Amino acid sequence: MVVLTILREHVDAIIAHARRDHPDEACGIIAGPIGSDQPTRHIEMLNAAMSPTFYEFDSGDLLRLYREMDDNDEEPVVIYHSHTATEAFPSRTDQNLAAEPNAHYVLVSTRDGADAEGTEIDFRSYRIVDSEVTEEEVQVVDRYTNERTTPQTEVAP
Amino acid sequence: MAIEVRIPTILRPYTDGERAVSAEGASIAELIENLEANHEGIKERLLDGADVRRFVNIYVNDEDIRFTGGLATELSDGDGVVILPAVAGGAA
Repeated sequence: MVVLTILREHVDAIIAHARRDHPDEACGIIAGPIGSDQPTRHIEMLNAAMSPTFYEFDSGDLLRLYREMDDNDEEPVVIYHSHTATEAFPSRTDQNLAAEPNAHYVLVSTRDGADAEGTEIDFRSYRIVDSEVTEEEVQVVDRYTNERTTPQTEVAP
Repeated sequence: MAIEVRIPTILRPYTDGERAVSAEGASIAELIENLEANHEGIKERLLDGADVRRFVNIYVNDEDIRFTGGLATELSDGDGVVILPAVAGGAA
């Protein structure tokens, strides 16, 4: 798996979330059916750290999120966050804390005015396994050819 | 007494891929020792010295043990334990 295939609506939603929360880091996931590698359900998470240089899901939110995914036979296919003053590349902290070896780690950067609507914005994806970073191609599609569930965006929890 | 422990993906190499295992102990500290006895190496991934690692969350019946006494949190038969790595990072 060296490509992240993702819906345009999810890319747009992640960018909108990052811009809205700038200059703090924004974070969230896109869940998908277990084993599908197909992100289908976008969930914006609260950055409990509320920081321009750090993000962390609240521990209670995290448990509810994983229970919900369990109930739906989903897993975190995409885990995303924004960097607001540095490039869209996993920092040392990102590398050390990445704990989902099957997830695509998406980073966007809102630095240098990219928090403004309509500007160019870096949107990049990586695998992070044992703190090792591998960048991958991002393929943006309007719809999946073998769609499994209806895509949706929700604000939760 | 049997406690079900949910194992996150990243720790399943220690449990032969099992998503949940049964363990025993009257407290989280004892439970972790019991897990280690059957799944060698897992303890080091959960503890940093005498404390739970900063970016590991352990829940007993949906309560984060940070708020219920940490490793001393008591367990009873039938309790459910969930281990989840934090989802965290950032530019710093």
